[in-house]
Amino acid sequence: MTPFNVPPIHLSGIAPEITLMIAAFAVLFIGVFTNDRFNHVVQPLVATIGFGIAIYWAVVSWGIARTAELQLSNMVALDRFAIFAKVVLAAFGVLTVWTARDHLSTHHLRDFEFYALVLFCVSGMMLMAASADLIVMFIALETFSIALYVMVGYRRDELAGQESAMKYFLLGAFSSAFFLLGIALVYGATGSTNLYGTPGHPGILSFLTGSSALDVGLLLLGMAFLIVGLGFKIAAVPFHMWTPDAYQGAPSPVTGFMASATKLAAFAAILRLFDVAMYSLRWDWRPYLIGLAIASMVIGSVVALVQEDVKRILAYSSIAHAGFVLTGVIAANDAGVSSSLFYLATYGLTILGAFAVVAAIGGRGERRVRLADYRGLYHESPLLAGAMTLFLLSLAGVPITAGFVGKLVVFIAAIQAGYWWLVVVALAMSAVAAFFYIRIIVVMYMSERLEPLPEGGGPAPVVLGAAGRAVVGVTALATIFFGLIWGPLIGLAGHATLFAG
Amino acid sequence: MSLPAYFPILLLTILAGAFAVVSIFVANRLTPRRWTDVKVEPYECGITPEEMPERERFPVKFYLVAMLFIVFDIETVFMYPWAVEYKALKAFGLAEMGTFIGILLAAYVYVWRRGGLEWAE
Repeated sequence: MTPFNVPPIHLSGIAPEITLMIAAFAVLFIGVFTNDRFNHVVQPLVATIGFGIAIYWAVVSWGIARTAELQLSNMVALDRFAIFAKVVLAAFGVLTVWTARDHLSTHHLRDFEFYALVLFCVSGMMLMAASADLIVMFIALETFSIALYVMVGYRRDELAGQESAMKYFLLGAFSSAFFLLGIALVYGATGSTNLYGTPGHPGILSFLTGSSALDVGLLLLGMAFLIVGLGFKIAAVPFHMWTPDAYQGAPSPVTGFMASATKLAAFAAILRLFDVAMYSLRWDWRPYLIGLAIASMVIGSVVALVQEDVKRILAYSSIAHAGFVLTGVIAANDAGVSSSLFYLATYGLTILGAFAVVAAIGGRGERRVRLADYRGLYHESPLLAGAMTLFLLSLAGVPITAGFVGKLVVFIAAIQAGYWWLVVVALAMSAVAAFFYIRIIVVMYMSERLEPLPEGGGPAPVVLGAAGRAVVGVTALATIFFGLIWGPLIGLAGHATLFAG
Repeated sequence: MSLPAYFPILLLTILAGAFAVVSIFVANRLTPRRWTDVKVEPYECGITPEEMPERERFPVKFYLVAMLFIVFDIETVFMYPWAVEYKALKAFGLAEMGTFIGILLAAYVYVWRRGGLEWAE
């Protein structure tokens, strides 16, 4: 019998993930041993402290990650790309927790389990951004997906919530099957599930660079299946069918979380997989991703024009934004990676803010989500209308907002790679998309205020607690700040390079 | 990649497709159809169906029990090979298993306190 050798175990690469898991268990334990009122006050703080410690671990490893390395038997990458993604994901997590706090108490839902789910979910997303092996990537994908299925259907007794959770779950399980089949085919082609591979141990990257590698047919098929699995998570056309329904039926804070954090995690995996591991196959995957990008931009922008529900409008807008980020992935250069990260970070902050506003206006049971319900919002709550305007302008990509800078850097990266015609399509679709963002703004400012009807009908009052105000304020400030002073964040994103093998 | 090597797969695909099409076709043409009330029930299993509550939530406790069973069943699956190779894995195996069981124990305490193990409300 061969003796068992303990592999070296360095936990610095996954310290943030472990911290969040411990925090999630702490939340669950405090939750079941205390009463609901205590939980409502203390649990968001526990979750926030967990995210804070996770950010601390990530930040202190920024210096170590100057020389990127693989850890835990080459399963996890410790590089600045992963650290950047982890810090941003933790920030999204904190904002989601505080947005959800108001929302959950409005709906009289027990809340500590929700915070635990957010913690579990972000932990999985962080692992997704750091995974250097397709199996780890799949585990991470399932960790955050299963938590998300529960979060989407958190308002259990509402039909809309049940419907969206069911659709998201069934299609999500379906896409996971595609992803798994992709892994199996890649394994069949390369003899490994590792993205990089080390001497003596094969991997996708070493397989593609090492041998003459003419026999990539099976690998190409596996790659196509992986694109399906990940394309589902980023909500790219034609894998977007679930998006409007799931975004509409999920509680608004969860919708914001899905649009920001899920996209970032899935794009992190896409960037590592295609821009590093399969870089030498770029002439093979680019046509697929270009197809996805153009379809997402066109369908996302055009179908949003005819939507009457604000959450559905933002859902189609998120599909279009997936297309914009894909142009950065297609560029497959350093600028493409850093600009995609910048885009996802700023887009995430903006969309979280937008959905915090949607949650506040929606009120009890989220009945006030149709475009017509936003009429005259300016007269009712000027600050909320102002913040929403800012978010919508940023989503449209108007200068002095973060959205403009994001689009600018992504498109520059694509032009550098020679894809100016893709940028022309993207610009045209941005112009189309601007129409429906401005439509919401016009409705908010240029219409008469809806008067409450005497028998208790009419618009519900806006529900916005201190936490919700803080979230809207922080995200609005961030949207302006990164629109004016984008240098530092782009600089950090520029340093956030992927482990190159 | 040599294409002739994949010829049997192509053949199998054609055979499988043909089998599916032919069976559906034959089943359609040859089946006698004698509908009775019992046969058109959603679940034809010989038991008189219960009235379903309409638009109302009802407990599915057995589902929860089944899920918990699977969680703790899987635990045993992992413990068995560890027990067999206990000596070879030494302290490392003990620590790993301790972590694993610790996480499961935490989940168990949560489920217990949350009322997941109580059958009646």
